[in-house]
Amino acid sequence: MTAAIEARGLGKQYGRRWALTDCTLSIPAGHVVGLVGPNGAGKTTLINLATGMLTSTTGSIAVLGKKPASDPAQLASVGYVAQDTPTYSSMSVEDHLRFGAHMNPAWDNDLARKRIQQLDLDPKQKAGKLSGGQRAQLALTLAIAKRPQLLMLDEPIASLDPLARREFLQVLMEATADQELSVVMSSHLVTDLERVADYLIVLVASRVQIAGEVSSLLATHHLLTGPRRDTASLPAGQQVITESHTDRQSSFVVRSNEPIQDPTLSVAGLDLEDLVLAYMGSAKAGSNHPMLEGTR
Amino acid sequence: MVWLTWRQFRWQAIAAAAFLAVVAIVLGVTGPGLVTRYDQIGLPSCHTACAALAGHYINDLEFTTYGKLFYAGLVVMYLVPALIGIFWGAPLISREFEAGTFRLAWNQSVTRTRWTLGKLGLIGLASVATAGLLSLAISWWASPIDHALSYGQSGSHFLRLSPLVFGARGVAPLAYAAFAFALGVTAGVLIRRAVPAMAVTLVVFAAVQILMATLVQPHLIPPVQATAPFNANTANEVVMTSNGNGPLTMILKGNYSRPGALILSNQTITASGRVFDGPPGHACTANVPQQDCNNWLNSLHLRQLVSYQPASRFWPLQFAETGVYLVLAAGLGALCTWQIRRRRP
Amino acid sequence: MIWLSWRQFRLQAVVAAAALAVVAIALLSTGAHLSALFDSNGLATCRTTCSTDAVNFNNQLKGSTTELIFYGSTFLMYAVPGLIGIFWGAPLVARELESGTFRLAWNQSVTKSRWIAVKLGLIGLAAMATIGLLSLMTSWWASPLYDAAQKGGGNSFSINKIAPPLFGATGIAPVGYAAFAFALGVAAGVLIRRTIPAMAVTLVIFAAVQVVMPLLIQPHLISPARLTAPFNANTANEIMISSPGNTMTVVGNFSGPAAWVLSDETITPSGKVFTGPAGSACLSSTAPPQQCNNWLNSQHLRQLITYQPASRYWPMQWLELAIYLVVAAGLSVLCVWQVRRRRG
Repeated sequence: MTAAIEARGLGKQYGRRWALTDCTLSIPAGHVVGLVGPNGAGKTTLINLATGMLTSTTGSIAVLGKKPASDPAQLASVGYVAQDTPTYSSMSVEDHLRFGAHMNPAWDNDLARKRIQQLDLDPKQKAGKLSGGQRAQLALTLAIAKRPQLLMLDEPIASLDPLARREFLQVLMEATADQELSVVMSSHLVTDLERVADYLIVLVASRVQIAGEVSSLLATHHLLTGPRRDTASLPAGQQVITESHTDRQSSFVVRSNEPIQDPTLSVAGLDLEDLVLAYMGSAKAGSNHPMLEGTR
Repeated sequence: MVWLTWRQFRWQAIAAAAFLAVVAIVLGVTGPGLVTRYDQIGLPSCHTACAALAGHYINDLEFTTYGKLFYAGLVVMYLVPALIGIFWGAPLISREFEAGTFRLAWNQSVTRTRWTLGKLGLIGLASVATAGLLSLAISWWASPIDHALSYGQSGSHFLRLSPLVFGARGVAPLAYAAFAFALGVTAGVLIRRAVPAMAVTLVVFAAVQILMATLVQPHLIPPVQATAPFNANTANEVVMTSNGNGPLTMILKGNYSRPGALILSNQTITASGRVFDGPPGHACTANVPQQDCNNWLNSLHLRQLVSYQPASRFWPLQFAETGVYLVLAAGLGALCTWQIRRRRP
Repeated sequence: MIWLSWRQFRLQAVVAAAALAVVAIALLSTGAHLSALFDSNGLATCRTTCSTDAVNFNNQLKGSTTELIFYGSTFLMYAVPGLIGIFWGAPLVARELESGTFRLAWNQSVTKSRWIAVKLGLIGLAAMATIGLLSLMTSWWASPLYDAAQKGGGNSFSINKIAPPLFGATGIAPVGYAAFAFALGVAAGVLIRRTIPAMAVTLVIFAAVQVVMPLLIQPHLISPARLTAPFNANTANEIMISSPGNTMTVVGNFSGPAAWVLSDETITPSGKVFTGPAGSACLSSTAPPQQCNNWLNSQHLRQLITYQPASRYWPMQWLELAIYLVVAAGLSVLCVWQVRRRRG
């Protein structure tokens, strides 16, 4: 089965700054992928490269087997909701649906109208007068109704209130189930992703820290606590992600494929948020200084 | 693509239609009056006194509403392509960048190239049509005046061939509109912000128009060169200037008349071919009647060297001008399409 | 607040300065030639020959580059206030409203009223200064032309400062136009809240006002003067007979001191406008035109002329300036009021 996104050595440079460095990923189709990382990590850059908004400086990327935005068929198979969910502020909701119908041969008008109705959006209302949540829903409807195979969402719920966020994710999940969509959703809030994602990519400081199915990630990462000791004295075959020491205790987040046999250590599982934080912390410790978002 | 372009262009189209309607009404109401006066003065059937009759016709109109409308027509024909570039061209794509909606537009099942070409083509056509209709209406309205001017002396700035009027008649305005539009869109694509793009479009378009009209237009077809004897008694200009403490120099411009022609240069040369610049003889500097000076000048057997464009070249020059601007417009259109294809926002 | 206004206005200020510099260079380099031509025609020192000297001067200028520059500078004096309204006025507030930065600007320790008042004041002043400089430069350049007109008497030279379009392109009236256009642009931006529609609306309204003012208001800024002059058919400007009905329209030739002639009617001894009917001498197709002229002259017609004399130039300029400044002030108050009560 074709990978949803296949990137090899992908990199993007702006001036002297690298927004994305040496990114090699193979995201399988049929998953809801959470793309997590702090602000400025490169999530938007990766999504822009995958939707063809940008061209890469190094490496290559193939989406559903083809170069992004290469031809109308490829464009039809990828749906995209950009950050700040842009809509034409002077066009009405109705106009946006006609826009979608005219611009996409595979447009599903019934689906679009049903969703608009369910969302209680007034078709004559101008998009500029909608609330943030309503605009996000409109943008999502436009992306879903063109019946794509892959849906890419760039922090779509960052500026929504909790209720709007929940409704958005609900609509998203329904659509995913109905249409057998693959979804790549970026966020810096892990709690939202926890509920929906079954594949995780952690992006920090322009590099991919970890990528894999959530279930297997959770199974192979452990929190080890025990009396104060050196990292080197840990059993072999374990990759230490983060460590923290007090006077008497040490705790480590490790990645290991084998069960831990050391009786002096107590082993606990991690939830997704702790996992992500561990990777973010480790990347930060390794980098020189925090980087803020540059040009998009 | 057609639906989308129309939906985003609706208000501009309505404004253009309203403006054209107003212009049509004003010209339609006043046009017949011009023709009536033209007939009444006897110009259609004149044989020998045409220049005098034409002069009479023009002078009568000068301070009336007709005269004001004539000048207004010129101003409108030069402003409209600029306004098209500023209000239709510059915001076209730059607004999408500013509002971020390009991320919505470029994700539909229409390639970026087709999206750009569709907008350029459709609104470019609308621009050309607007300018074309306007030029048609105004050229029709002003034809009695243009005709009368062509009888008269060839020095008027308002001849059809002269830079001031040439760009406001015929097919040239269509090409200006196409060029201004393409310039505006390109500025918008490169600068990516609407108001700066509008300002840049205005400045560049104005500069190009001035440069073309003064430097290129008169030479699109190589002008005709002619010589004629110089007669100081009928000369246009006999001026003596002094350069500080140096010797006095003379500037002479003879009278050369070819109805309707655009005189590009009119130099007075000596028998050996050099431009005559003095020094003025005693008859010109002493306190004696001008006639003595004129007689002395005539005795020098000077000649006029004139280069001009005859009135018959109006349409060939129009087509040449149109060609130049259409090529520029096409080049700019290709530039913006290319820039959008390799876009890295 | 001054720093903020300057920081946001920097680019426009630089562009304006550059444009003024270009115009200054163009005018400086051609002004000398015009002065030389003036002197060489003897207009600087003429006593009895002024009229013919002025005519010669005029003829030499017909069809020259100087004439083109004169038209260009007149056009500029009308275009620049419009451009100021469109590019300085309309985006001033509209851009902040569109991009949401007003939320940042209006949340500082400066009240909204002060924010808009300072911007209006500073940039309005800059607009007036720009146009003022331009007016000075073009007046200096064109002074030989106006001097020649004055010395040569009314009919020997065709430029006339008191009448449109030159009235609105010289003196201090353009300063009023700039203030008005700027205030109009800001008001459009505040009310419409979107930059490009505000620019378009500003353009349309400003153009309409500038067309209507010379037609309807300017002639009556000061109540026009009247005089009567004898009518001579031999020098008449226009003698038209329209059929059916044999009504005649005659317009005499008025040659007097430089003035803005508002109307020139030919009246009968009883004071009514002469409309015919045309006498037989004028209807006959075989009789020479002189017979018709003689018949007309026997009717003892007179010309009734309403006009503004050239001496009223400065009073009318001040009145025009006052009107435009009052409107500009009114628009400014409107802006401040609207900004205060809007929450964006």
